[in-house]
Amino acid sequence: MESKTVKFYQTGTFTVGNRLLSEEERHVQASAERTNSLNSGHRACQGCGEALGARYAIDAAMKATNGQLVAVNATGCLEVFSTPYPETAWQIPWLHSVFGNAPAVADGVAAALRVKGKKNIRVVAQGGDGGTVDIGFGCLSGMFERNADVLYICYDNEAYMNTGVQRSGATPPSARTATTQAVGVHPGNEFGVGKFLPRIAMAHRIPFVATASVANLHDLEEKVRKAIPIQGARYIHVFVPCPLGWGSLPQHTLKVARMAMESGLFPIFEAEYGKLTHSYKIRRQVKVEEYLRLQKRFAHILKEPATIGLLQKMADANIAEFNLMEEK
Amino acid sequence: MKTPPRPFAITLDPGSSMHNLTGSWRTMRPVYSHFLPPCNQACPAGEDIQQWLYWAEEGKYREAWEEISKNNPFPAIVGRVCYHPCEMGCNRNKLDLSVNIHAIERFLGDLAIEKKWSFKAGADSGKHVAIIGGGPSGLTAAYHLRRLGHQVSVYDAGPKAGGMMRFGIPKYRLPREILDAEIERIEKMGVRFEFNRTIDDVDALRKGGADAVFIAIGAHLNRKTEIPAKDACRILGATEFLREMEGAEPPKIGRRVAVYGGGNTAMDAARTAQRLGADEVMVIYRRDREHMKAHDFEAQEALDEGVHIHWLRTIKAITEDSITVEEMKLEGGTLVPTGREETLSADTLIMAIGQNVSSEFLKKLPGVEVRSDGTIGVDAQMQTGAPGVFAGGDMVPAERTVTNAIGHGKKAARYIDAYLQGTPYTHPEKPPLAKFDALNVWYYTDASRSRQEMLDRVRRKTGFEEIVQGLDEETAKFEARRCLSCGNCFECDNCFGVCPDNAVIKLGTGKGYKFNLDYCKGCGLCVEECPCGCIDFVPEVK
Ligand SMILES: Cc1cc2nc3c(=O)[nH]c(=O)nc-3n(C[C@H](O)[C@H](O)[C@H](O)COP(=O)(O)OP(=O)(O)OC[C@H]3O[C@@H](n4cnc5c(N)ncnc54)[C@H](O)[C@@H]3O)c2cc1C
Ligand SMILES: Cc1ncc(C[n+]2csc(CCOP(=O)(O)OP(=O)(O)O)c2C)c(N)n1
Ligand code: SF4
Ligand code: SF4
Ligand SMILES: [Mg+2]
Repeated sequence: MESKTVKFYQTGTFTVGNRLLSEEERHVQASAERTNSLNSGHRACQGCGEALGARYAIDAAMKATNGQLVAVNATGCLEVFSTPYPETAWQIPWLHSVFGNAPAVADGVAAALRVKGKKNIRVVAQGGDGGTVDIGFGCLSGMFERNADVLYICYDNEAYMNTGVQRSGATPPSARTATTQAVGVHPGNEFGVGKFLPRIAMAHRIPFVATASVANLHDLEEKVRKAIPIQGARYIHVFVPCPLGWGSLPQHTLKVARMAMESGLFPIFEAEYGKLTHSYKIRRQVKVEEYLRLQKRFAHILKEPATIGLLQKMADANIAEFNLMEEK
Repeated sequence: MKTPPRPFAITLDPGSSMHNLTGSWRTMRPVYSHFLPPCNQACPAGEDIQQWLYWAEEGKYREAWEEISKNNPFPAIVGRVCYHPCEMGCNRNKLDLSVNIHAIERFLGDLAIEKKWSFKAGADSGKHVAIIGGGPSGLTAAYHLRRLGHQVSVYDAGPKAGGMMRFGIPKYRLPREILDAEIERIEKMGVRFEFNRTIDDVDALRKGGADAVFIAIGAHLNRKTEIPAKDACRILGATEFLREMEGAEPPKIGRRVAVYGGGNTAMDAARTAQRLGADEVMVIYRRDREHMKAHDFEAQEALDEGVHIHWLRTIKAITEDSITVEEMKLEGGTLVPTGREETLSADTLIMAIGQNVSSEFLKKLPGVEVRSDGTIGVDAQMQTGAPGVFAGGDMVPAERTVTNAIGHGKKAARYIDAYLQGTPYTHPEKPPLAKFDALNVWYYTDASRSRQEMLDRVRRKTGFEEIVQGLDEETAKFEARRCLSCGNCFECDNCFGVCPDNAVIKLGTGKGYKFNLDYCKGCGLCVEECPCGCIDFVPEVK
């Protein structure tokens, strides 16, 4: 999606805000009036990408719905670090049921609101990659199939983090997790397994599917703003580094996400009714290796050019498939 | 108030996470800081360039001009003649090309003239300072001393103020209306001028009521070299030649003019001769282009205007209509004669091989160190060996530029003020340098440097019209916005946005931010993502 390009100012097109922009031109996160849906005091690790991504997304949704929003949360870090009973960091109507049923619960909430005639209230469901790609997948696919009036947001940190970094269907090849140790013939996660949920969501031909990244706030906010008013099932898959699980420095969370985006390893695009409509164009291309170097979960392959080559091939394939380079 | 009944199985009311002060996790603490931008560090006048660009970006030109004026009263002049070392230092060089700082400065200076912005003198201190020499150094000292409330008298041997800015630098680089306007503004602060007054007795000035003296007489004596000459052609000193340009009659030169030397004076003398209508103008210089003293662009502009430059040549002999030169070669940095000679036809020779200081009269002052080349020794406070007598500009050993002279004038004024008050002046400690590596350049947009238009070549050869044109407002603003704001917050909201713990408090436009240390976990994301690198990250101490 085209995020807005600000009339030349040194930053402002890429930074969160800018003192020279009018309030309307600034992004939700630049405003002192943003909801701060996820409040201070939550227990996420230092530099948690998921905490940041969730605030970005839900604040944007709050802005887009004028505060008329209900969020349903799957189990996972986002739920655990925000809401240790009886405290919560959420400053919005929020509910949690069990790990795998967030899409179904959200559909139920949407149905209840419909019955009550509260058309202006919008429903969001959110969860981690484990809860979305694996455990909640049946419920999610059903939600898509019914074209339920729910925006589902997945925060993808590429493993089951809350229980100690176990491999999920979204874990990339060769990454070390607690269940894919860096030992044996194929150290780390296997190549050729796992699933890329955005593509599966597109196959359901729902009205709106998008990927986004904490490293691209403008694009993320714009996608949420666009998704909110659409009737029917919508899906946004947000890339959120986890310093603890990835073995990256807390201050590098956005850098890591940026490298994933700029290498093409994580493609950023948008699709309507199963068709690709927009894709983010890489601005300063980097080699996949630069991305890998920032993370201990890939430490064991840094001296394996062949393995790095395979990951680079994945990035190159994304660039071709999702059209990530500006035409020269 | 009665609380509503809780739902089934719920035993506690929801509490807020705000009870959980996550600041206790922190081992490193982010601190908003100010680092020294390399442009500021390189500016000989000590301008806070980043700060005035900050104002210019907003279109707050008055604030920008006033910020410059804190250090330098001559933005329209230096925007034209300064060799802008700031731009060499500029971090943006490592991205594309430096910010065109001098062009923006010139825009601001010209705007101030157009809008007739003026300076204010400070409340009267009852002290009086005598200044010898009304060049950039003397004028700057006068300006700062007036701001501090001291009475100032400027004595100049010449008929007008400006020094080499008027009697050296040609009009095509510095139009006199600009020079006059910026000097007049200082005069209006209540500076007293006495022209055509050559001072040769400093003691007399002091006895006459000066509580302190600042000497800035420049370097005007043309250096000489022995050249065998029979019926020699017309020989002129470059500074006299250029000085005469300010007189009623232009200086008389022949049709084939040679200029000996390779500094800015040589280039200006040659280009002036060209404009006066000589058939051929050549520069004779003993070194090569790489080793000349003039800046490369000056040589290039001279070449563009049709001046010939004979590199690696020394003059052996001159006659009425010819000059014999010997070819030189550079061997590991030293000049070696080759013995090969050649004869160039020329009827006028302008000597531009450097200037000495006419400081004989200072030998009378006890304690003053007069060096063999006439320069005067000063300490770190610009004070000579004679208490209360300060000196600066071209006459002290340092680089001879307008901006350096301005910097000396400013510095001397500070210490003269301290001397008059009897209290020491301590300069605030300089913050550490804002290095390129501390920037997060991802956030900066591509933007190429704005160029200034040049007068077309034909008009340059024939007249004294200003060559380099100014920027219009839109371009100046655009150019100011190319500044990366190295090491100093420019309110992009990044820290406010990227904190996963909402531990950054936004204080409102123009007021910056502060950290809420109750919740800051010390992850360092704000530090890493700050585009301009103004957030320091320091260990927490127990
Ligand atoms: C041709 C030429 C081109 C130049 N171009 C540039 C340029 O593009 N950029 C740049 O930065 N620099 C340039 N310079 C150098 C620059 O002009 C000088 O470094 C600067 O003017 C020095 O300032 P000052 O105040 O020390 O001395 P000056 O400008 O020389 O002023 C000294 C003043 O003192 C007066 N004076 C001297 N003796 C006495 C006395 N005994 N009593 C009373 N008054 C006295 C003189 O009349 C004069 O007005 C150029 C110099 C020349 C000659
Ligand atoms: C049915 C069920 N199985 C397992 C768990 C244990 N569990 C809680 S959170 C979690 C991991 C969540 O991973 P993910 O959805 O990727 O979210 P993350 O913590 O990584 O953000 C697991 C396995 C559970 N709560 N319920
Ligand atoms: S484990 Fe990862 S996802 Fe969970 S709170 Fe820590 S950084 Fe965030
Ligand atoms: S980018 Fe701006 S602050 Fe940085 S060195 Fe250049 S002019 Fe100075
Ligand atoms: Mg996960």
